[in-house]
Amino acid sequence: MAGGSLVCEVWPSRLATNLVRLPGLTPARDAPDAARRIRTMRRVPVNPAIQGRSYPPTASYLVGREKVREFARAVFATNPICLDVEAARAAGHPDVVAPPTFPVVVQEHTLAQLLGDPDAGIDFGRVVHGDQRFQYTRPIVAGDELTAQLTVTAVKSLGGNSMITATTEISDAAGAHVVTATSTLVVRGDD
Amino acid sequence: MSASPDLSALSVGDEVARTEHLITRDSLVRYAGASGDFNPIHYRDDVAEFVGLPGVLAHGMLTMGVAVQSVVDWAGNPARIVDYQVRFTRPVVVNRNDGATLSIVAKAAVVEPEERRVRVDVVATVQGQTVLGKAQAWVSFA
Repeated sequence: MAGGSLVCEVWPSRLATNLVRLPGLTPARDAPDAARRIRTMRRVPVNPAIQGRSYPPTASYLVGREKVREFARAVFATNPICLDVEAARAAGHPDVVAPPTFPVVVQEHTLAQLLGDPDAGIDFGRVVHGDQRFQYTRPIVAGDELTAQLTVTAVKSLGGNSMITATTEISDAAGAHVVTATSTLVVRGDD
Repeated sequence: MSASPDLSALSVGDEVARTEHLITRDSLVRYAGASGDFNPIHYRDDVAEFVGLPGVLAHGMLTMGVAVQSVVDWAGNPARIVDYQVRFTRPVVVNRNDGATLSIVAKAAVVEPEERRVRVDVVATVQGQTVLGKAQAWVSFA
C-alpha cells in the first residue's frame, strides 16, 4: 500500500472506499472490474480474537531534520522550534522538534501491519478513521531513531459496525517510550 | 525553555487563540508529500467525483495538525503539547479555486496551576460547521 493512506476519515460508498485504494486507478477504465471484485468479496467480520494481539516492532525510522521542517511547513507550523536548529537548542532541545501530529508518519507503518493481517478480517475498504490521539512522554526531535509496535487494545461491536482501537507505542533507540499514537478505526458491517 | 503564558491569570473559558487558516489544493499536495498520504481523493477532482464525494477533501490528519498550531504558538513550544486528540466528524471540502478556510477558536477548559497543566479545547469550523469533535490538547508547563 505504498502511495496511499490506508485509513481515511470519510465514509463514501463501499465502492468508493475500495476504488480509491487501487493504485494507478483510472476510474473510467477500472470501475467495472473494481465493482465486480467488490461484489465477489467475501464478507468476513472483524475477528474479535485480535483483541490483545501485538504485531512485531517496525524497522527503525530515522527522523530527519529536513523531514521535520517539511512536515512542519505542511501543517502550517510557524514556531521556530520546529524549523530552526538554533531556536530549538536555545529552548533546550538537541535539534528541531516535530509538530504534535508528526508521529502519524511512523504509526502508519503499524496500521499497515494490522490492516494487512488476513487473520484480522479487516476489509480496509470499509474502514474509516474515527478518532486519533497522541500521548507524549517526550517530544520527537530530529535525529531520533524510532520503532513502533501496535497492539489491538479493543474490539467492540456497535450498531452493526466494529470499532477497533489500535494503540501504537513509539520508542527511541534506547527503548524508552516517546509517544503513544492511538487510532479508533470504524469498520462498517454489512449493508 | 521558551516563554510561557501566565497561568495565574488564566481562567476556565478564557480564549487563548483565535486564527484562520486558508487550506488550498497546494496545501493538500504539500501535506501528501510530507506525510506520505497520497490517497487521490485529496488532490484529484475526477477521483473524488467518481467515488461520490462532494469534492476533493483535506486529509483529516492535516486538519488535526493545523488545528493545534495556534495552541503551540500560545504554549510557546511544541514540546509542551503532551496529549492531543480529535474525533473526525465532518470532511473538509477544498474548493479548487477558493480552498477552504479553517477557523480555530481555542479556550482553556481545565486549568491545573499546581501541576502547571492546562487542557485547551479547540473548536475547528469551516463555513460555520464544526469539523472536529472532542479536540483537546493538554499543555504542560512543568
